[in-house]
Amino acid sequence: MSLPVFAQVDFTGEWAPLYHEDGPERLPGPELGDYTELPINAAARMAGDTYDADRISVVPEYQCRPHGGDYSMRGLGNLRIWRDIDQASEKLIAIHTHMLAWDSERTIWMDGRPHPPDYAPHTWQGFSTGVWDGNMLTITTTHLKTNYMRRNGIPRSDKAVFTEHWTRHGDYLTVVTVIEDPVYLTEPLVRSDNWYVDPGQNIGIFGCEYAPEVPRPEGTVPNHLPGQNSFLHEFANWYGLPYEATRGGAETLYPEYRKKIANEYHPPDHCERYCKCTNLIDCNLNAK
Amino acid sequence: MDKHRLPHGRGSVWNRARQQAVFGLLSLIAAVCFAQPPDNVKLTMAPVQGNVYVLMGDGGNITVQVGKDGVMLVDTGFAPLAPKAMAEIRKLSDGPIRWIVNTHVHNDHTGGNAEMAKLGMTHESIGPPRIVAQSNVLNRMTTPPSGNQPKIPEAAWPNDEYFMPTKDFFFNGEAVVVYHVPAAHTDGDSLVFFRRSDVLSTGDVFTPGSYPIIDLARGGSVQGEIDALNRIIDITVPAKYQEGGTMVIPGHGRLCDEADVVEYRSMLTVIRDRFRDMIHKGMTLEQIKAAKPTLDYDAQYGATTGFWTTDMFIDAVYKSLSEKK
Repeated sequence: MSLPVFAQVDFTGEWAPLYHEDGPERLPGPELGDYTELPINAAARMAGDTYDADRISVVPEYQCRPHGGDYSMRGLGNLRIWRDIDQASEKLIAIHTHMLAWDSERTIWMDGRPHPPDYAPHTWQGFSTGVWDGNMLTITTTHLKTNYMRRNGIPRSDKAVFTEHWTRHGDYLTVVTVIEDPVYLTEPLVRSDNWYVDPGQNIGIFGCEYAPEVPRPEGTVPNHLPGQNSFLHEFANWYGLPYEATRGGAETLYPEYRKKIANEYHPPDHCERYCKCTNLIDCNLNAK
Repeated sequence: MDKHRLPHGRGSVWNRARQQAVFGLLSLIAAVCFAQPPDNVKLTMAPVQGNVYVLMGDGGNITVQVGKDGVMLVDTGFAPLAPKAMAEIRKLSDGPIRWIVNTHVHNDHTGGNAEMAKLGMTHESIGPPRIVAQSNVLNRMTTPPSGNQPKIPEAAWPNDEYFMPTKDFFFNGEAVVVYHVPAAHTDGDSLVFFRRSDVLSTGDVFTPGSYPIIDLARGGSVQGEIDALNRIIDITVPAKYQEGGTMVIPGHGRLCDEADVVEYRSMLTVIRDRFRDMIHKGMTLEQIKAAKPTLDYDAQYGATTGFWTTDMFIDAVYKSLSEKK
């Protein structure tokens, strides 16, 4: 349905994130070389293998880059949602979101307007339009800037399009995100995140000022040469996984793959890494 | 053949063949687009910021600045499209075209010079527009053509060339600063900065939809291209959280800002680092190609057909970085 309609569900208000899914990717952050659960192609794998995280400190222009619109819902910090209602018609014109991380704001247009032409600028949050499917809000976002699919160097291109499905169950909001990227994915990447109502929260000012922090020759872009990244096997070794299973790819997403690697999976006798990790405060690296 | 045709002096048959291939294929841009009747070409004028607009379609992007003093253009597209482009410009201003800046010599950016200069004359004109370009552009356009190439008419030549690192002037209420970036896409590249509007027009130093065309035959180089991209990043200032602020009009493709240039610069820097390492190890071009050193970027910037393929880009990077300094 492309015509503007009345809002079926009210998402407005203050929301706090739940982190019960996809740790430690979401917090404290993904391990180097962990490409599990990503239907990536060889190009994305090479980008991840040659990525050097020094880039986000050594290169000032990377220091204050926000999450992309597709990653924002996985990000840290609280969320505010409000809406614009046309007073004359009482129709819903737009839904807005504001998140703590990088003060990111999105506008989800609900008035049936088209997406911009190809030549229009791309932004971190992209251009979003929404339609109602019963009580579910379905959002389509285009015009994204190149960013990361996972914060360990797996990229998401500016040709990607993502679709979100928002549903509300009482005090809980569930957001399912489907990313399609012809450059780096062989299948859509599906992720989900949950939020709960938190009306008393305050969202602070994020603030970020880029500045040279490390003396370096102008134009330096840290990167590992192909085949010379010594950190790529760490993740497999820590968790007792066969290396191939950490390399991502569509096959590794499906239950049948677990059978395939069953004889090669040797988990450690006891948890050694991120064993207690339920919020930002108690995520201990080596808790027993 | 003048010294610029083989600027690096390694005139082996192999090198000449590759240079001529690139030279010929760059000329093919014109042939391909000329094959289209101008009536079939769609041109779109889009506002950028302040006084500045961009005209997009076949050929290079044309930057248009308008105001009380008249019209200024950065590049003029293909010659056959000039009347159509002028019709779009006239929707913004009926003032005379007083300034044209050519970002480099290729005819998808300079082809319309003569026609646009003529069509842009009005009763307010005090003469033909100034056509600004770095002096190497004038040198190349005035060099007698070889083979069956047609002579470039004098009316299309730059008449206000510069040879210092920058040139500036004031027009339509704002400073316009032209920066020469040496040995990048070619040896005559200019960036054009509209200081009040906060818009930078880059020419083909920055083409976000494809790998950069390193025109070795006309004095381009990989390191010069990277230096030019870093210069763009020096000039541009992003607004909040690395978005917006100075807007960037590329030689071809969509509107951008600094963050898009940073991504492009990083791509080329990473590729340069890989090639340097492989060349240092003594790998041949064929061995380098077999190693697929650009695999992670090919689906974003590469092409297997057309006038600038991934294979040609790899050839150019290899040759440029293999040159004896």
